[in-house]
Amino acid sequence: MFNNTLNSPAKKVLAIAGFIALALLAPFIAQTFGGNYWVRILDFALLYIMLALGLNIVVGFAGLLDLGYIAFYAVGAYLMALLSSPQLTSQFADLAQLFPAGIHLGFWWVLFIAGPIAALFGVLLGAPTLKLRGDYLAIVTLGFGEIIRIFLNNLDRPVNITNGPKGINAIDPVVFFGIDLSKAQELFGIKLSPGLMYYYLIMVLVIAVVFISLRLQHSRIGRAWVAIREDETAAKAMGINTRNVKLLAFAMGATFGGISGVVFGAFQAFVSPESFVLWESIYVLAIVVLGGMGHIPGVILGGILLVGFQEVLRELAEPAQKMLFGHVYIDAEVLRQLLFGLALVVVMLYRPSGIWPAPKREDRPVVRTRSHSSRLEGGM
Amino acid sequence: MPPASPHPLLNVQHINKRFGGVQALDDVGLEITAGQIYGLIGPNGAGKTTFFNVITGLYTPDSGTFMLDGQTYQPTAVHEVAKAGIARTFQNIRLFGEMTALENVMVGRHVRTKAGVFAAVFRPASARHEEAAIEDMAHDLLEYVGIGQYAHYTARNLSYGHQRRLEIARALATEPKLLALDEPAAGMNATEKVELRALLDKIRRDGRTILLIEHDVKLVMGLCDQMTVLDYGKVIAQGLPQDVQKNPAVIEAYLGTPAH
Repeated sequence: MFNNTLNSPAKKVLAIAGFIALALLAPFIAQTFGGNYWVRILDFALLYIMLALGLNIVVGFAGLLDLGYIAFYAVGAYLMALLSSPQLTSQFADLAQLFPAGIHLGFWWVLFIAGPIAALFGVLLGAPTLKLRGDYLAIVTLGFGEIIRIFLNNLDRPVNITNGPKGINAIDPVVFFGIDLSKAQELFGIKLSPGLMYYYLIMVLVIAVVFISLRLQHSRIGRAWVAIREDETAAKAMGINTRNVKLLAFAMGATFGGISGVVFGAFQAFVSPESFVLWESIYVLAIVVLGGMGHIPGVILGGILLVGFQEVLRELAEPAQKMLFGHVYIDAEVLRQLLFGLALVVVMLYRPSGIWPAPKREDRPVVRTRSHSSRLEGGM
Repeated sequence: MPPASPHPLLNVQHINKRFGGVQALDDVGLEITAGQIYGLIGPNGAGKTTFFNVITGLYTPDSGTFMLDGQTYQPTAVHEVAKAGIARTFQNIRLFGEMTALENVMVGRHVRTKAGVFAAVFRPASARHEEAAIEDMAHDLLEYVGIGQYAHYTARNLSYGHQRRLEIARALATEPKLLALDEPAAGMNATEKVELRALLDKIRRDGRTILLIEHDVKLVMGLCDQMTVLDYGKVIAQGLPQDVQKNPAVIEAYLGTPAH
């Protein structure tokens, strides 16, 4: 008992400090042992974590199954592409006259406006689905995701806005106080690769998303989301305006998705509809579900494991087969998909609430924050 | 018995509700005096729960007038009715299973508090105070219904009787003018029923008004100040429990027509 109350928080602080140190050093470690390729993988792992944290609000907190979440990622990425590349000015003469140097709004402004615009798309998706639950909701959101992708794929005719399946390239990189993150920089004699700098940029955004998610979770709004997840009718009977609260969940999730998309667009310098297929929505959902729905550390772990697992397999599948059998029997890509599916099945069978679900609170002692004076008459 | 007040707390009249070919409620009306426990009984399928769902906004009535505390209200949206001041429990308990008992009651405070996204993220002093007050009151209410020691238990894992109490605490958290309980004694054993009765009595003594739907005639008879008996969607008797008990229509509804 004594140990528990004194030691446990200290241990927790130590664990968190260790995790932060590891997270800060990770790209240097990756670069030293694996090169820039692995730093880029870390960047993508962070991007997927950010996406998964956004989806976690919709699926994990509010319990609204969303199979079209990648659409918001697409909205963010295309906003960045259209507002910070030569695409629009090269297609529209009038715009070219207005902006002779091209539209180069830049990452920070796009990031700023992408949140509200993605939120608007979230509400657009949410509004027609308010009365739907479970599988019906999943089908409609799936349709929404596909509609967005198909639009992006076909908006090259009659006027070319998105450049269709060819995608948009030459997107401006992130420029931070005059430092172009797409070019290697040197700081105090340390060589900083673009991947490394983007890692820290995305890390800052992920920390912000984690902070906002945690604050929301432990608030009146967060409780209302979980109440809707647990029993929508009872939530209504408690006076929760489920329409507004659900739309808010869609909007918040979409905002994080949109912001991730803006970073993706700037980081890749190229976007095409291919990056926003249904599989991507499922992949992000798998991160949330495998990690632990509604539990933020679990979702982060899910992102690290899934992206890491995929990449390690991609690297090792063929050499390992050669070593064991002297011949490559299964293509790395096929094996990767196979094991991914198998991992999903195994986790769902043996840990249905995820690898790291929210801890049970049964054994926590009841601690009252204030003295025991009865305030019933006034309070009730 | 106190004299009927000129402005009853709840006054609903001429409620009709039809489901296809079934007239579930046929010109049902009742008046509930503030500070009383009002019983609504009737055999299975009499329309008690339908009536409940209509006055709390879950079902849209075909017709009817609705007054709560002297104000007309429209039972068109469930959350609006809760805001207007009617809180309910459910016949088949509907708690937020994965939340703790405390969190369940805290959800009940939602409708009387206002922190939004901004307040949640930045936690200004006002939001912190509101949150502390919510938690405080939730603790108080759990103690009030007698399950204070289970505050951090997951609602799903509470015993049946405690879940019923938790549902009442959650409803009380919305500061209702009328507490509407749908068969709170269903599935309880004799001891739990006695305890429930004491709790309802205490809530009445603290000045709250209760509408009680019950199957258990004995519990209702001993506890209620006034009552209504429904059968086949119609009011067949209304008044003091001891009068209703002797009403031949009620006896017939419960025991069937005597053989000739």
